[in-house]
Amino acid sequence: MFKIVNREEMAGGTIVLNEIEAPLIAGKAKPGQFVIIQANEKGERIPLTMADVNPGKGTITIIYMIVGKSTKLFASMEVGESFDAVIGPLGQPTHLEKLGTVVCVGGGTGIAVIHPITRGLKEAGNKVISIVGARSKDLLILEDKMTTASTELKICTDDGSYGHHGFVTDVLKETLENEDVKQVVAIGPVPMMKFVSKMTKEYNVPTLVSLNPIMIDGTGMCGGCRVSVGGETKFACVDGPEFDGHKVDFDQLTQRLQAFYEDEQNSMEKFGK
Amino acid sequence: MAKKEKLPRVAMPEQDPGVRSKNFDEVPLGYTVDMAKQEASRCIQCKKPACVTGCPVSVDIPGFIKHIADENFEEAIKTLWDKNALPAVCGRVCPQEIQCEGKCIVGKKDKPVAIGYLEKFAADYARNNNIESLPEIPEKTGKKVAVIGSGPAGITVAGDLIAKGHEVTIFEAFHKPGGVLVYGIPEFRLPKEIVFSEVALLEKMGVKIEQNVVVGRTVSIDELLEEGYDAAFIGVGAGLPRFMNLPGENLIGVYSANEYLTRANLMKAYKFPEYDTPMAIGKNVAVLGAGNVAMDAARTALRLGAENVHIIYRRSREEMPARVEEIHHAEEEGVQMRLLTNPVKFIGDEKGRLQQVECLQMELGEPDDSGRRRPVPVEGSEFILDCDLIVIAVGSNANPLLTGSTDGLDLNKWGNIDVDEDTNKTSKKAVWAGGDIVTGQATVILAMGAGRIAADSMHKYLERGW
Ligand SMILES: Cc1cc2nc3c(=O)[nH]c(=O)nc-3n(C[C@H](O)[C@H](O)[C@H](O)COP(=O)(O)OP(=O)(O)OC[C@H]3O[C@@H](n4cnc5c(N)ncnc54)[C@H](O)[C@@H]3O)c2cc1C
Ligand code: SF4
Ligand code: FES
Repeated sequence: MFKIVNREEMAGGTIVLNEIEAPLIAGKAKPGQFVIIQANEKGERIPLTMADVNPGKGTITIIYMIVGKSTKLFASMEVGESFDAVIGPLGQPTHLEKLGTVVCVGGGTGIAVIHPITRGLKEAGNKVISIVGARSKDLLILEDKMTTASTELKICTDDGSYGHHGFVTDVLKETLENEDVKQVVAIGPVPMMKFVSKMTKEYNVPTLVSLNPIMIDGTGMCGGCRVSVGGETKFACVDGPEFDGHKVDFDQLTQRLQAFYEDEQNSMEKFGK
Repeated sequence: MAKKEKLPRVAMPEQDPGVRSKNFDEVPLGYTVDMAKQEASRCIQCKKPACVTGCPVSVDIPGFIKHIADENFEEAIKTLWDKNALPAVCGRVCPQEIQCEGKCIVGKKDKPVAIGYLEKFAADYARNNNIESLPEIPEKTGKKVAVIGSGPAGITVAGDLIAKGHEVTIFEAFHKPGGVLVYGIPEFRLPKEIVFSEVALLEKMGVKIEQNVVVGRTVSIDELLEEGYDAAFIGVGAGLPRFMNLPGENLIGVYSANEYLTRANLMKAYKFPEYDTPMAIGKNVAVLGAGNVAMDAARTALRLGAENVHIIYRRSREEMPARVEEIHHAEEEGVQMRLLTNPVKFIGDEKGRLQQVECLQMELGEPDDSGRRRPVPVEGSEFILDCDLIVIAVGSNANPLLTGSTDGLDLNKWGNIDVDEDTNKTSKKAVWAGGDIVTGQATVILAMGAGRIAADSMHKYLERGW
């Protein structure tokens, strides 16, 4: 069983961290890879990119925002309770190599996902400038960890309650102007990744994004996770989750994420009662 | 002696089409004892039974049928188990019309003996009366076997090798064992309880099942072999859905059959919101393809409340690969067959949701390589069908996840694993393979047959070496 050994709430309880016992996965996982998690027999299979792994302790860490029935259910589970299924590590790991100066852009819970990648890129010898954004100061997560993982950390909030007042793209633009940036990695809400990719394309800087389409198996068996990249159909669970941001059809991804929107609302409402 | 009166084939009692197309309960209700005995009496007990030559695992068909005629039901099931570990499954899903029943002598002049229905009868009798096939497990050999995948091929290998005294562990990627029997074939055709009771039996015999382990990701075959497994069997199925590369294929509302059926069967989305996985519900549904998978998807869509369900197939009726019974059941339930029809384009709205499919009418031209007449488009025959749900069921390819991450495994040009036909050995030492990952999508019984061949060879190896 996949026991929760640690649970923390962040961003005023809207974001939850679970450290879960999963020794086989912890021994194998690399930054950028994800797991599929199912709370119980009746639960959905939800993909989540790992925020951390501890091979010695045999645990993995996931950080998620409560957005629907399934994440609400995950969040209701206490330390000592177990998930029915945790499957992984799935997807291709991030290619971590020394390039020079790289920029990591994280938004919302995307910060949790980009943290191990940031750490990995710095360990590989890069100068890592991180730009993280949240709607407001109290919704910003992992500031300390990102400070340690990066060479330099820049913070933005939409409401100006902390750091730069505005979007990550503003700060990114400034950075692209002033630094010789070799690569950008952007992980966060789809619109954020879309606008970051649009901007870096103008500067001709290669950009990786991590996609989160709806998935079932995570092994290439169903095709539910298909995304268009450079006009070709790819399965995010096996070909990704990271892709060239300049080639991804973000509009299609946005639409496909809405496939079950009404059902999800219904399910959430029933669960609330 | 007076000539025996010729009896007609005993019809299978079934749920009424109007009723069953709204529920997920099994369609055939099963023979009663009297029906089974009467049908069994139609078998003339051939000295050289043709039916057996049509059976991929050579079940002693007249033998088990005789036992049913004599009301020796326990002997009947034992005869079946002798060659077939999963008669309750095979009685329901084997394409009998091209196997045993297709060869039956009685079928030359009349309808063949209902071998499949009798097999189902005997197996259900055993399950309902708690007759189990628990073989005596010999002394442990101390050898350890890893079986990868818990479909019919893996189940057969596990059952055979545990019965030889080896230690067997099955590794399964999903959270439930059974393979296609659980995630693909719907409840109304194969109740999941049957599959789970077969798996429970394996566990009772001592087989360990490790779910949620994706071999090739969570652990590799080489690691398993290094950790102390003496041999491994790969039975991971086909498991890579084919798409058609048509415009609009990524619209919301276009699903692979694997996704559609996995949601419905494995995740029980037909019980949403009691179960959390949602299901696309179509009003006008088109299923592309005409195999068992297509029939299963079409009939699932009907049960979920679709008003119109079309099967779109580019060849003609004769070429439809599904079991005859499935086609018959689908039509009875109201599935509409649009044969000699080929989809060319999916059309959506501004929100990216499927609205229509454009198709072309086809006609049969010259024979192709397979000897079947090639369908060719009729010029100017384009037409548009309103539809809000498409299920693509045009077959599966080999999933490269495991094969691509295992060194030393020879594959053919389609990515299926190359094996030695007599033993099912792969090119990698101590590794065997069988089922759909070797043959491409085939049948349950062929996967089981392959499992048996591999198990025999693995046993020899464990006793005597490679
Ligand atoms: C909808 C549908 C209907 C069908 N109807 C019929 C029918 O009526 N009659 C008939 O005879 N045949 C039918 N078939 C075909 C039949 O089901 C298959 O030929 C048969 O199940 C193949 O068995 P298998 O053991 O090779 O693989 P599968 O049954 O595919 O099982 C493979 C198992 O391996 C697991 N696996 C895959 N990769 C990994 C990995 N890396 N690590 C661990 N586990 C892994 C999978 O999750 C799966 O559980 C149907 C198939 C489908 C999809
Ligand atoms: S061929 Fe038909 S009649 Fe002859 S043994 Fe087989 S089932 Fe019986
Ligand atoms: S999640 Fe099923 S193929 Fe990617």
